[in-house]
Amino acid sequence: MFTRLSGQVVKRPLKQWVNAFMQARGVSGTAGAPQSVRISINTKAIAATAAVATTAAAGLGYYFYANPIHANMEEEGLHPPAYPWSHRSLFGTFDHASIRRGYQVYREVCSACHSLDRIAWRNLVDVSHTEDEVRAMAEEFEYKDGPNEIGDYFERPGKLSDYMPRPYPNDEAARAGNGGALPPDLSLMVKARHGGCDYIFALLTGYVDPPAGVEIREGLNYNPYFPGGSIAMARLLYDGLVEYDDGTPATTSQMAKDVTTFLAWAAEPEHDDRKKMGVKAIIILSAMTILSIWIKRNRFASLKSRKFLYAPPK
Amino acid sequence: MDARNNGLEKFSRSVYRTIFRRNSVFMVGIFATAFAFEMAFDTATDRWWDRMNKGKQWKDIKDRYSQ
Repeated sequence: MFTRLSGQVVKRPLKQWVNAFMQARGVSGTAGAPQSVRISINTKAIAATAAVATTAAAGLGYYFYANPIHANMEEEGLHPPAYPWSHRSLFGTFDHASIRRGYQVYREVCSACHSLDRIAWRNLVDVSHTEDEVRAMAEEFEYKDGPNEIGDYFERPGKLSDYMPRPYPNDEAARAGNGGALPPDLSLMVKARHGGCDYIFALLTGYVDPPAGVEIREGLNYNPYFPGGSIAMARLLYDGLVEYDDGTPATTSQMAKDVTTFLAWAAEPEHDDRKKMGVKAIIILSAMTILSIWIKRNRFASLKSRKFLYAPPK
Repeated sequence: MDARNNGLEKFSRSVYRTIFRRNSVFMVGIFATAFAFEMAFDTATDRWWDRMNKGKQWKDIKDRYSQ
């Protein structure tokens, strides 16, 4: 500690530095056998490092023996490319016009088989549609409601508080209607799949003929992005399938992009607010951190530059 | 170094006397500053955020659909 007083410590050769260090620590070893003291501490350190390194290497080796890394594209699915989503960047919100079109694609194409259980009609208000529009859309669906005064269940038109209607009443009906395969719920699909938006978009636009030698079972379809390669869902998006109300041409890739943006919103509806709040928090906290560091060093400067004087007794 | 009567010294003394001496006044000052800072900071960041995301947010497109 006190060796910091002289600025010469750093420039001393190693041997003298170690001796000075030992002296400051109170180890009287400079006169008698400095060699042995210095070497024993060094070898202990070296031995300890070597032991840790060997254990780490052994552990790593066993881990990879038990969990080998495959370069097996088929098993994991072809890695999708990174598309330039407008919400990909640090400060980017969703494109809400795209969310609106994506909802239309979901409603007209996907909702025949896929449920969206975690989204209620009210979640769409002021995100992609006005309140009146959502009310009108909800009223087109019938919902079963609880017992009335005489104990009967009845059907009523949907309201804002209802959740998105399910295409099938239960999983068994869903399987029966899709050749034994269960179309999964899509409310969290973008977060639930490795690759997120890129994966969903690549999957929807990635239907190709299987390469030579690859046999796909009857009833399944080949998609290189799907892990394993055989997916039960057939290609559904074709050019001009949907007519957008804002006039955007509905090509396959446009519909895939819009529905993926819609699903990304459905999985993370807090996304826009979260990013904005995050930016604000980071700015404030960084400023406060720098301020704290500066103030601390300012207040401690007098203490840190204190000097001690030892006046030996006469 | 004239540490007694220059402008900065006078200013610091007056600030201390009005704001920092009584803790009650200090507290009021803290809350008032926080309030004003939050208003200014939020307005500035929101305006910058909206500029970064022009045309993408709901408020930019809702006029197409209002009746």
